[in-house]
Amino acid sequence: MSALGRQRWLGPAMFLPAILYVVALVGVPFVLAFLYSVGDVKVGSVGYHFVGLANFKSVLQSPTFLRSLRNSFVFTIASQVLVLLGANILAMALKNVFPGRRFVRFLILLPWVAPVSIGSIGWKWILDSLYSVINWVLIRFHLVNEFSPPMYLGEPKLAMISVILVHTWHMLPFATVIILAGWTAIPKDIPEAASVDGARFFRRLFQIELPMMLPIINVAVLFGVIFTFTDMTVVYILTRGGPYDTTQVLPSQAFFTGILGSDLAEGAAISLFLVPLLVVVAWLMLRTAHKAEVT
Amino acid sequence: MAIVQTRALTKVFKKGELGAVNSVDLESREGEFLVLLGPSGSGKTTLLRMIAGLEEPTSGEILIGGRVVNDMTPRERRIAMVFQSYALYPHLTVFGNIVFPLKAQGMEKGERQKKAEWAAGLLGIGHLMHRKPRELSGGERQRVALARAIVREPALFLLDEPLSNLDAKLRASARTELEQFQRRVATTTIYVTHDQVEAMAMGDRVVVMNKGLVRQIGTPAEVYDEPADTFVATFLGSPPMNLIDIGEATVGFRPEHFFPVSHLAGQAAVPADMREDARVGPYVPLRFLISHEEYLGAERILYGKLEGGRFDGKPAVSRMSSTHGAVFESGSVHAFAVRQGDLKFFHREQGTRTQPVPLS
Repeated sequence: MSALGRQRWLGPAMFLPAILYVVALVGVPFVLAFLYSVGDVKVGSVGYHFVGLANFKSVLQSPTFLRSLRNSFVFTIASQVLVLLGANILAMALKNVFPGRRFVRFLILLPWVAPVSIGSIGWKWILDSLYSVINWVLIRFHLVNEFSPPMYLGEPKLAMISVILVHTWHMLPFATVIILAGWTAIPKDIPEAASVDGARFFRRLFQIELPMMLPIINVAVLFGVIFTFTDMTVVYILTRGGPYDTTQVLPSQAFFTGILGSDLAEGAAISLFLVPLLVVVAWLMLRTAHKAEVT
Repeated sequence: MAIVQTRALTKVFKKGELGAVNSVDLESREGEFLVLLGPSGSGKTTLLRMIAGLEEPTSGEILIGGRVVNDMTPRERRIAMVFQSYALYPHLTVFGNIVFPLKAQGMEKGERQKKAEWAAGLLGIGHLMHRKPRELSGGERQRVALARAIVREPALFLLDEPLSNLDAKLRASARTELEQFQRRVATTTIYVTHDQVEAMAMGDRVVVMNKGLVRQIGTPAEVYDEPADTFVATFLGSPPMNLIDIGEATVGFRPEHFFPVSHLAGQAAVPADMREDARVGPYVPLRFLISHEEYLGAERILYGKLEGGRFDGKPAVSRMSSTHGAVFESGSVHAFAVRQGDLKFFHREQGTRTQPVPLS
């Protein structure tokens, strides 16, 4: 075979494994989910009947679904806003040189490298109705009523806040690292030029530094949105969607309905609700990534 | 308009190390173009950054317009700085870049617009106002950086090697432009460079720095013709001054002052007392063994060794106009001479200038 002919085959041969991987682990389940969502499949059922959009209709009529949909948005937006704020502040602190910086950086990365499940179980204890250390401290300082302390995972509002905060805790390191990288990518001259030009801290931050980091911040946010929208670990471990489905999000509800409730068809329909939104986010992500490359 | 003074200004980056800037005393004059010249690591940029307020002095004082500014932020010092990289704000247009300092001052919009147009017009970049920095050439970026510096009419201009990112041809024209520009706005300017041609061409006075110390301050002619020490003597001039150790002192002469006697022969003032050995007199004759020649178009550079007398075996360089037609073959020995007054004498250890010593 000629060198040119070999080259023609080598390229496709090299990325074939990647294609196979994507087809097998993403493509097939996706098609399957789509087929399930328009059929009547249950765990253990053998036949398949096409039912059209019946599953979507029934899902849309369920108040639990609407609640999960709303929760998903609240969960994602709230945690991403917190992550963004926290990550920027942390990155700003960590970009300066101070003794022990490496150690602090390591500490901040810990929640990301530790498995979510383990971290979340830790939080489950911290927020437990009886053994909560937070309440123990608050009671010692007489800040809450000893006989009816707050039940962080048992009251709808508190439960939602807890779930959001724990998820933020988990997502923060990743965003911090990305934003820190963005910060170190700004040439030192530019903020200096801004100070000589007479800009004080906030003008420098909001008119020079943050706009310059915007492409990178966008990447962090879009990653965060996708991670959060599709994630159910924290919700599953901390509250199982409770109390009374008040912390249920779409992925967890899809799981409870489809797998635990053995209604595969309806579970698939719930999870497919995420697709259009994620497509938009993914498209935005590719676009910003491309833009960031150009500048 | 303001003058800048530094008093025993020192910057030490790491305790126990030699300072990047060591006890520098400077005083600029009103409207002057003052050039800080030195090799890399000489502390010239650190000195500039301390004046700008970007670096905190370890000790000493900085005065701008008679006021001590050590504790002032860059904003309060009312200075403008052009960075080596230009440091344009990449996400803003040229217009956005130029008005940024005015916005920071809180100037109102109509006024800002007028000022920006004035500055852009001054530098001939009015047609680029809506471009982003990445769409500009190196020369255009440099002008934007200058426009951004001039727009709020600062008391003091600080320029950190603003021409070093331009290609050679553009640099020459930008140099002239920058110089004329400075004359026109007549703002006191401190200009950092490692390029002696820039320093000589543009500076009213040149501050020659090395290892954090000021070696000499003077007009370009002063630092070139009367170097204070061997560092200044060899840093300025290309090729540098010939330095020859003669025991108790070091004697130096510039390559262009070291010329063949044949060159002299055509002129009226042929000294009568030209002799083989060096002695006190209007001319010092030297025998020059040529090793090779560089022909540079406008001039010729001869490399070789001195022969005979106290200078025997010492390397030397001669530089002459290429209109001088004599042929110098490698390996041949020629009669060369240096005018007595062109010899500079330096202390052998300290390298500082000393009184002339008799050569014979």
